[in-house]
Parts: sequence; C-alpha cells; structure tokens
Amino acid sequence: MKPAPALAQGFPDLSGMRIAREPHWFRWISAALIILVLAAIARAFANGQIEWSYVSRFLTAKVILEGIVNTMVMAVLAMMLGILLGIVVAIMRLSPNPVLKSVAAGYTWLFRGTPLILQLLLWFNLALVFPTIGIPGVWTARAVDVMTPFLAALLGLGINQGAYTSEVMRAGMLSVDIGQYEAAQAIGMGRLRALRRIVLPQAMRVVIPPLGNEFIGMVKATSLASVIQYPELLHNAENIYYANSRVIELLIVAGLWYLLVVSILTPLQMLLERRFARGTLRLAR
Amino acid sequence: MTKPLVAIRSVSKNFGEFQALKNVSLDVWPGEVMCLIGASGSGKTTLLRCINQLATIDAGGIWLDGELLGVREHGGRLHRLSEQQIGRQRLKTGMVFQRFNLFPHKTALENITEGPTQVQGRKADEVRAEARELLRRVGLAAKADSYPAQLSGGQQQRVAIARALAMKPMLMLFDEPTSALDPELVGEVLAVMKELAKSGMTMMVVTHELGFAREVADRVVYMDQGAIVEQGRASDVLGAPREERTKAFLSAVI
Repeated sequence: MKPAPALAQGFPDLSGMRIAREPHWFRWISAALIILVLAAIARAFANGQIEWSYVSRFLTAKVILEGIVNTMVMAVLAMMLGILLGIVVAIMRLSPNPVLKSVAAGYTWLFRGTPLILQLLLWFNLALVFPTIGIPGVWTARAVDVMTPFLAALLGLGINQGAYTSEVMRAGMLSVDIGQYEAAQAIGMGRLRALRRIVLPQAMRVVIPPLGNEFIGMVKATSLASVIQYPELLHNAENIYYANSRVIELLIVAGLWYLLVVSILTPLQMLLERRFARGTLRLAR
Repeated sequence: MTKPLVAIRSVSKNFGEFQALKNVSLDVWPGEVMCLIGASGSGKTTLLRCINQLATIDAGGIWLDGELLGVREHGGRLHRLSEQQIGRQRLKTGMVFQRFNLFPHKTALENITEGPTQVQGRKADEVRAEARELLRRVGLAAKADSYPAQLSGGQQQRVAIARALAMKPMLMLFDEPTSALDPELVGEVLAVMKELAKSGMTMMVVTHELGFAREVADRVVYMDQGAIVEQGRASDVLGAPREERTKAFLSAVI
C-alpha cells in the first residue's frame, strides 16, 4: 500500500481573513422609499376630514371602555366554550364508536357550513320558533327573556368556534405518536385517561399557535354581535356616531383598541407556548 | 404442580390478508426467561402485543396467571371484556417498547410514578420513593428530574424498564428493546435486563441479540412466518439447531 500523500499545493491559507460587510444599498433605498410613502399617507390623514381631537377624547370614553370590556369578556367566554366543545367533539370524532363519530361530524358540518352572522341572528330570534322554552313540568320561561343578546352571542360565537376548534384539536391529537397511546395503555390506562394525561398535554404544544390565531379571530368576530345588540366595542362606537355623526373618528377609536388588544395577546401566546413546551429539546437545551 | 404463568393455545392473528400468527401454542413458566428470535414479520412482536392486548387475537386463547385474557366465556360464546377489565389485566404485564415511548412532557421520575399514582391510585410519596429506588436500580439515580429529550437512547430505555417495573408486573415483555439503540448503548440496557433476569422475573424478550439469548435465556423460541419452528435450551437452538430454517436464519444473522 502507498503511504498517505502530503497535502496538495495551490490552495491559499485563509486563516485570519474575515467575511466583509456588504453595503446593502438596495435595502437602504427601499427603506427610505417606504418611509416616504408612509409619511405621505400620514400627512394625508392629518389634513383630511378627521377631527383628531374626537379620536383622543373618545379613546377613553366610558362607553368605549365598557365596550372593550364586554368584547373581551365575550371573546374569552366564547373561546372557552369553543375549546371545551372542540375537545369533546375531537375525542368523539376519533372514537371507535360510529354513533359518536357521526354526531361529531354532523356538528362540524352544520356549524362550519353556515355564516356566523346568520347563526347569531338565529340564536337571537329563537323566540320566534319557541315562544317558551324549558323542561315541561320542571321549569319554563319565555324565550325572549332567556335569550338575551349576551346569551345569544355566547352560544352563537362559542358553538361556531367549537366546530373549528374541534378540527384543530383533532390535528393536535393525531400529531401525537401512536406509541404514546400504547405506552399509556401498557401501564393500564383507559382511553379517556390516556387522552387526558398523556395525549392532550402533548397535543397542546401543537395546537396553541393555531388556537392563538383562532382567539385573535374571535376577538374581532365579537364585533358581529353588534347586530344582535350585544354592547361590545363596535356596537358602542356605532351608538356614539349615530348621535354625533363622527363616523370615521369613532371607527378609528375602535380600530385602535382592537389593535392594542391583539398586540397584547401575541406575547401572552408565547408564554403559553413555553409552558407547554416542557420536555422538548428546544427548551431543554 | 406449578402452572404456566402464560398459556398460549392455538392463537391466530390476521392483519387483513396477512397471517401474522398461525395456530401458535406456547407455555411460559414462572421465573423463566424466554427469548423469541426470528426474521422481521415472523410474528414474534405480534405475539408479545397479543399478550398485553395491544393487539386482539382472532382465534385461540391466552391465559395469564390462570385468567383468560380479553374475553369471558358465557353461555357457549365469548364476550369481549370492557376497557376497564382489559386495563386491569394489563397491570400484570410490563411492556418495554422498541422505541421507548417515554412520555416526553414528563420527567424520568414522573414517567415512572404516572402509572402507580394515576392508575393504581397509590400514595404519591410512597410511589416516588419506590421510583427513586427503581431509578437507582437501573443506574439513573441522578437523572430523576431529566426530561426524556435530555437522555440518551440507552438511558431512555432504562427509564422505560423502570416505568414498567413500577407497576409490579408478574411478567415483563420486551419488544426488541435494543434495536433502536446506537451500538455502544446496547450493553447498558442488556445489563439491566440481565440483573432483572437474575432477580427471578419472568421475561419474554423479542431480540436480535443472540449473545444475550445465549447467556441469559432459559429457552429460545425461533419463529418464522407466524409459527414456532423450533424451541429449546439456548445452547441447543443456537448451538445445534435441528431445523433447516433455524440453521438458515442463524447463519444469516451471525
């Protein structure tokens, strides 16, 4: 056998040389252009028919603040209802029982298949179908008294959300390795306990980004409840501009509040993600 | 007269057209260490999975500790047991998987305490103390608070063995416990299994580690195409096989 040859000549020594910084002229020029365009838009709005004093005055008006509180209360409650329904329906969908499976599929089909605003109107006008509701002999009431704007909005938004969330949850559960179910079964766990203790906590890691997305959607979807008189942010802003005709100013007020809320939600989502990332390599290192 | 811990009688199992087990009968005696060898697809893993009911059998019966598994005879027919009853029967067996299947969101200690506290409803302090003792036994006392992702494959598999032992099973099932490991990590897992065998645990081990089988197994069972071809003492089956198929398999493996 030949001895290993010495290293070949003709390849210069690069040690000690640094990678040079490039000037990136194009980036500077494009950034400057974008700033110019934004400044022009800002100037146009500043000189347009907008009374900015109204914006700043109504930004913290009591009715607007009540509106944002109602918006958040509704978004949180409807999302909780949606997640609860979503988990139950996803478990039903993945069950071996054909009855449960069909019920779950039917629910998703019905509530994803019709517009949200139509569902809200249906819930709100339930009294037209059933003037009195309740359990005969135990408790009855007039539907108009029970189906307040609050309840109609909660049912409409929550049940609709459940149909979407069930698909997110199902995807999350399917993402967990089948070996995890088997290991849980092997230590004597039943299906539901294995889901609760082993599969769902792992699925959460996968479903939190899409659920965060859904929740941001929900915050804004509550504005649809304005059509059934639920006093949320947009509804209250509308009530003010019906009185003072400052339409654009109040829409800007509402828009700023929605933006603020969504901006706060994004870091909250990151905290949640970190909580459920326990044991994953990215955090462990 | 002692009775077999596991009695397998005329068991068949199909996956669609594929016959995974064909009329298999076998006894496993208390304290016995049995190694099941054979090519992939020979049915040895399926047999283990049928014993702890991760797979249901299509014909025949398996008795564990005298109790018929998965079904109950009533009025001349067999009725499937409920999920709870099957779960209770599973507590008598511990399973170790090829790919460990530790719970990634729980620490090593929590992986071990999960079954005893959640399924058996035992006191947390007592179970934790036992779990620490089990971790010490598999040589991982210092890793109690590590997550599976922070452990090597060999360490994960040793935690998985401790997790199965925590349920105090009568029978330990090992499904190719070292096949997913880097070669240098195989020894540490086999050492734990040897110690377990010495302690008198009844074990069924599906393995390709013929060295382990030769050293530890009381009996070696060679399977091919869903049937038992040859069985006997390790020195006989591995050293002087009688069947042509066993000879062909062994010469291909070694």
